[in-house]
Amino acid sequence: MIAFENVAYNYGGGELLSDVSLRLAPGSFHFLTGPSGAGKTTFLKLGYAELLPTAGRVTIFDRDVRSLSRDDVARTRRRIGVVHQDCQFLDHLPLAANVQLPLTVSGKAGSARDLTDLLSWVGLEKLADALPPSLSGGERQRAALARAVIMGPDVILADEPTGNVDWDMSLRLLTLLVELNRMGKTIVVATHDLNLIRQAKSQVAARVLRISKRRIQLAGADL
Amino acid sequence: MTLPKALSDFLSPDGHSSRVVPPSGHTAWLTSFTAGAMTFLAVFALALSLASGRLADRWSDALARTATIRLAAPEGQVDQQTAAVLALLATTPGIASSRALTDAEQRKLLEPWFGPDLPIDALPIPRLIEVVEDGTGYDGEGLRQRLAAEAPGAVLDDHTRWRRPLAEAAGRLRLLGLVSIVLILATMGAMITLAANAALAANAQVIKVLRLVGAKDSYIARAFVRRFTLRALTGAAAGALAGLIGVALLPSADAAGGFLTGLGFQGTGWLWPFVLPPLAAAVAFAATRHAAHTKLKELT
Repeated sequence: MIAFENVAYNYGGGELLSDVSLRLAPGSFHFLTGPSGAGKTTFLKLGYAELLPTAGRVTIFDRDVRSLSRDDVARTRRRIGVVHQDCQFLDHLPLAANVQLPLTVSGKAGSARDLTDLLSWVGLEKLADALPPSLSGGERQRAALARAVIMGPDVILADEPTGNVDWDMSLRLLTLLVELNRMGKTIVVATHDLNLIRQAKSQVAARVLRISKRRIQLAGADL
Repeated sequence: MTLPKALSDFLSPDGHSSRVVPPSGHTAWLTSFTAGAMTFLAVFALALSLASGRLADRWSDALARTATIRLAAPEGQVDQQTAAVLALLATTPGIASSRALTDAEQRKLLEPWFGPDLPIDALPIPRLIEVVEDGTGYDGEGLRQRLAAEAPGAVLDDHTRWRRPLAEAAGRLRLLGLVSIVLILATMGAMITLAANAALAANAQVIKVLRLVGAKDSYIARAFVRRFTLRALTGAAAGALAGLIGVALLPSADAAGGFLTGLGFQGTGWLWPFVLPPLAAAVAFAATRHAAHTKLKELT
């Protein structure tokens, strides 16, 4: 699916990631943890070709990201659902249109029934016509998750999806992610919430990766 | 993407590509206003150009159909040489008619400069003979040679010296009008490019979201191109209509005569301003498309 081979990334002020090698197997569930600023978001951005590595090689669906044209990148992202901490919606469009956006930009027509089912799955069916600024943090996160999965992606990359929500909502989002993993999706969740990771490990066989000193390592038994 | 493909995408019934860009009243109004004002000016430039063209043709035609022979002969030979010239002209192919101007007519021609009491008999004024072509034209050089042989004092003036600068002046005025239209459209293109760039920069976050969910640059560009093209078309249509009304309200040429009052459209010329809105839309389409693709590369 996505593979990192001796990847380094440098923002210009020193290396943030160094000699990172990792292969995300299909259907796997990974947590990515580490202190704030450790490089979790950068790692995820490398994983959906938002950034290019300054050294090493990132391959997405067996293609080196450096060889991808701009259109190739767009097509690749249709196979990767991304959930950001700040969600990033088009604030002038209603929630339903935002959730459907991946279908719209790829020229596919989704059925109204499927959309309603998806919104029901994340518990937002009554807010289909609401504008994003009127939604709570939890509602926005669930909407972002719905948008991330509407194209039926192979991989879901979630960056602090529970960062702005309370514990109950965190568990609800986690349950949705676990459900997706059981459907065969490859999941990577970047989070610094160790309680959430512990909770997840009781539901799913998740590997926990920790970014420390610019490198990625498997977390110890404390998690 | 090729231009035909871009046009095909633009015309496809995908209304959503425009809706993904939030409405921006300020740039919308500015774009429409710019297109309207520029098209309004273009209508007048077009009217000037067409009127100049008509004037050039009219001057050329009117002067080209007539010529004058000045006959300066020694006293006592004027009537004889005049008769010889008229006889020669009567047998010259391409000449419909010819006649010598009377003393009264010559006095009238000189009145503006010398006043009404000019003693024309006492002055060595040459006899003027008016020559009218029959449409097929005559051999000017051959006529000059024959005049030199039979009436040495006769000089043929086919008005070339007058006609050429007048026709050239009118022709340049027509060219100036056309250049003005090109400049107006180019200026409109530049202004729409600036507005499109501003809109793209202001919507950087929207573009980021669209890219995140897998939108290609062509899709994002189309949203902006469609919007700006339609705004330009709407504005230009209003500008063209206002320009047409303005031209229609100008005094008619028949009322007072002269060049300025002849400004306007005649016959099928009234259809030309209707070409301007589609032309403005085409300029907006090309300008926005170029700006969008350039800006989207910068926003990587």
